[in-house]
Amino acid sequence: MKPVAIVGVGMTPVREHWSLSIGELAEAAGRAALADAGLAAVDALYVGNAYGAAYNQQTQLGSLIAGDLGLAGVESYCCEAGDASGAAALRTGYLAVAAGAAKTALVLGVEKVTDMVGLARNTARSVSLNADYEATNGATLTSMAALLMRRYMLEHEVGLAQFEGFSVNAHRNGALNPKAMYRNPLRAGAFSKAPMIAEPVSLFDSAPDADGAAALILAPADEAVDLSPQPVLLAGSAVATDSLMLQDRMDPLHFAAVGRSAARALDQAGLSTSDLDLLELHDGYTIMTALALEAMGFSARGRGWRWAQVNGEKLALNGELPISSFGGLKSRGNPSGATGVYQAVEATLQLRGEADENQVANARTALVQNLGGLASSAVTHILRALPD
Amino acid sequence: MRDGDSSPLLKLSGQHETALQGEVYSYTLVREPPQGFAAQAPYYLALVRLDDGQLITAQLTDVDSEVRIGDPVEMVTRKLTTDGAQGIIVYGYKFRPAIKTGDK
Repeated sequence: MKPVAIVGVGMTPVREHWSLSIGELAEAAGRAALADAGLAAVDALYVGNAYGAAYNQQTQLGSLIAGDLGLAGVESYCCEAGDASGAAALRTGYLAVAAGAAKTALVLGVEKVTDMVGLARNTARSVSLNADYEATNGATLTSMAALLMRRYMLEHEVGLAQFEGFSVNAHRNGALNPKAMYRNPLRAGAFSKAPMIAEPVSLFDSAPDADGAAALILAPADEAVDLSPQPVLLAGSAVATDSLMLQDRMDPLHFAAVGRSAARALDQAGLSTSDLDLLELHDGYTIMTALALEAMGFSARGRGWRWAQVNGEKLALNGELPISSFGGLKSRGNPSGATGVYQAVEATLQLRGEADENQVANARTALVQNLGGLASSAVTHILRALPD
Repeated sequence: MRDGDSSPLLKLSGQHETALQGEVYSYTLVREPPQGFAAQAPYYLALVRLDDGQLITAQLTDVDSEVRIGDPVEMVTRKLTTDGAQGIIVYGYKFRPAIKTGDK
């Protein structure tokens, strides 16, 4: 397997893009990434998308987007793993380039949610739960996260306000990011008074659905220096799964797939958790951040929430463990199937030193983690700045 | 289901006549429902730990006081939703607070 590098990135702002189609969003991000890499064409295009069949009545996005980008005829298809679809596409692109099957690959995540509104959107999102045993009973992703959070709060004697720092940190960083969807800072104390979606998960705890597309270009690392002045090494790549349903897990408060995928990706990169300069985590709900930090060993079981203390200052851009450096899912927004690619694009900008107001000083290594459902699918990548 | 033998659904379709019992492992109140559930919202959704150890995802029904983790509950057959323009009723299981018999 050849070492693989990221040699180009692009993304659209995360918004409600009422006037753009799913193809137009994808094209904008794809063209930006191609231009960044200085390429007109690639050998393969891997698309990450979660809900196109439901939101947009559109499948075969590989063919659709290849055509829009002037790449008709290229190898292309869509990867789906719920909200982890974007990182699944990155994993596929990584494998193709590492194996030598493609010399250059475009990885493109896209989601266009605003073609659907209201209850129909909730129904569409529920396809990433188990249809026969969860969705049929009126379960939603948010309500399943709420079940985890309530249990966690009881078992570990943690109050709702203790999770606030995760959201405060996300919005503090998102406020600096022109491409973020909600750039308002969260006032301390507002979190536990926010309107409930599914107790104890509130509006200020839950990432907003959004439209967006993000893209990156992969190439063999030994040729990357010819393509990009600052290539970033994809030093680790791993996917792990857990039971689709919480009810089938021996311990629902342990995100086993998160632990496995992170351990494998770090092992491949030859790094440990203490070597990381920043994390982009799947902070769709604050409980997911707490449980992911625990599963990866950043804290003991039941202690993940402690990272959020004092308005999340330890997680800030200049903190001990920076996370959600461009706002995370909570503030940048969650364009489901594109989210994993946004995370990787943002981490690449950090390692290039091109993150502007969102820059983590001297960032050389990043862990990027994208989750499907309640961590039923976990995709972890390790990015590393190549030495000058 | 973790394995076929312990499936509560298979038990239901088999010889077991007694209601399935368990306790609330966790619960929430769903305020933003999917289609087909709007008329019931807000409704309680729970993970119930059945007496055989299996967790199961289901709504709580007939709740007339505050729900707490650990509350004893029992499975009942209820209407879940209606399907399609003709409103075909979809039946399934929900859990209600266990009726105290004093011998448990």
